[in-house]
Amino acid sequence: MHPAYSVIVFTTASGMGYGLLALLGMVGAAHGPASNWWFAATCLAVAFALIGVGLLSSTAHLGHPERAWRALSQWRSSWLSREGVAAIVTFAPGLAFGWAWLDPDADPYLLGFLGLATLALSAVTVACTGMIYQSLATIRHWHHPLVTPIYLAFALATGSALLMAIAEIFGRGQVVLSTITAASLVLVLVLKRLWWRAVDRDPGRFTMGDATGLGTLGVVRQWEVPHTAGNFVMNEMGYRIARKHAEKLRRLVAAGLVLALALSLVAFTGIEALAIPAAVVAAATSYAAAFLERWLFFAEARHVVGLYYGAPRA
Amino acid sequence: MTSLPDTSKSGQIKLGLVIDLDTCVGCQACAVSCKEWNTQGYSAPLTDEDPYEANPLGVWLNRIHGYEVADETGNGRAVHFPRSCLHCEQPACVSVCPTGASYKRAEDGIVLVDPDTCIGCKLCSWACPYGAREYDHDDGVMKKCTLCVDRIYNENLEPEDRQPACVRACPTGARHFGDLGDPDSAVSRLVAAREGFDLLPAMGMKPVNKYLPPRPRRDASTAGAEPLRLTELAGKGDAMERLFGWLDKVLS
Repeated sequence: MHPAYSVIVFTTASGMGYGLLALLGMVGAAHGPASNWWFAATCLAVAFALIGVGLLSSTAHLGHPERAWRALSQWRSSWLSREGVAAIVTFAPGLAFGWAWLDPDADPYLLGFLGLATLALSAVTVACTGMIYQSLATIRHWHHPLVTPIYLAFALATGSALLMAIAEIFGRGQVVLSTITAASLVLVLVLKRLWWRAVDRDPGRFTMGDATGLGTLGVVRQWEVPHTAGNFVMNEMGYRIARKHAEKLRRLVAAGLVLALALSLVAFTGIEALAIPAAVVAAATSYAAAFLERWLFFAEARHVVGLYYGAPRA
Repeated sequence: MTSLPDTSKSGQIKLGLVIDLDTCVGCQACAVSCKEWNTQGYSAPLTDEDPYEANPLGVWLNRIHGYEVADETGNGRAVHFPRSCLHCEQPACVSVCPTGASYKRAEDGIVLVDPDTCIGCKLCSWACPYGAREYDHDDGVMKKCTLCVDRIYNENLEPEDRQPACVRACPTGARHFGDLGDPDSAVSRLVAAREGFDLLPAMGMKPVNKYLPPRPRRDASTAGAEPLRLTELAGKGDAMERLFGWLDKVLS
């Protein structure tokens, strides 16, 4: 599948933003109103900025961005529509939570309710993003039960790495933040590895004989393509990355995640001189790994239509 | 609404095509005729990008592939394979559409895109296993086969022209149009008689369009026969064949 940068920015930036927002909701629900106004305001601003950039970026690949509002109508059948609705609905408890969290006199019960609602709806939104891909039966790499958990795990890992970095900058680093970051990075590594193994082992359900229905007559081979140049289907669905490049990039993703993990453990030790740079670099590396992973998620995916264009299996 | 109409009730009209892989000669007349009609019809325009440059790219709603099928004896046969929208009964392209621009008509089962509400997200093209949808970069919306909805009901056309442009253009009668929901229609009887099949039935889209398989070879002269070698002609046949046989032996 062709990796569109706008979609990669959308899923990674909004994922990081929702991960951060969800954790803020949890912090607010657990500890009540923010004890440091500037720290809380910065966290909220960064979270909403990332979500906003992500959602705006998602409209960049549309042929008619001015009609994007129409995408909110078909939530009964379309995961893309559900994602749009969930993203907008999340703003209501998210903004209300932010307002209450910054108010030292906020009712702790109301704050707790808004925090948990923000946490839940952030998770629902990211899950809907994952389901856009997981629901497509035509792409076996995506039509896999680990795809949505991977989206959720990346949102949590990148969001918590970012929260850890902001907290360290404000001198409010806590062991629990480094622990959540490290644990969620381990979760991402495990899920990603399981997914890579699963897609590598599966040779694909269908052959060219199945796609053309001619397989019952013998071995099917393509001898003439339907046109002398490319077409939309070949460019969009036929994007291929060489296996050795993919393996190199997979190792790079894993290395980025391991580096972020190691740095979050450095922040964990609480050595002040090291904590800030370690946490900031951990956040940046985790995002870079997420970005590269998302690019690979597209580049490695094989669409069943490739069978009509000469792919032996899909 | 991208929810699908209930097409399971009896008497439901399911308009579609039946494509005969035995008689299709791959002449591209259907593809050209489709492009010609639809670039000025419902889907207009079917944009071509850089049509006279090194890498032309354009929207076509019908593409004719060529496959070779080799049987167990190693003998191959060429099969021309037209591929277009199958107007599925369970079209994933419709249910993934976030705007409702992609829809399946309840009255005849034709799958269409409303060019005025499509946002050009391309998700429908990802959901289709058959590569039936092509995005128009210039127009910013998705294009697909309309089953010539602007011909088949068009009373300004002569009755014989009220069928899809591809069917009208086919010089070998390899394309048939009709109601596949009616078991007694000509197309349904043809499918039954020739054991027409669905493409990728396991994808669960329940295509309406059917394909008719190439007919089996009739006798030993066309099925599984060993290819004739010129060298075997040496010393056999008439003088001219012996001459060619001898020449082949000398030269090879």
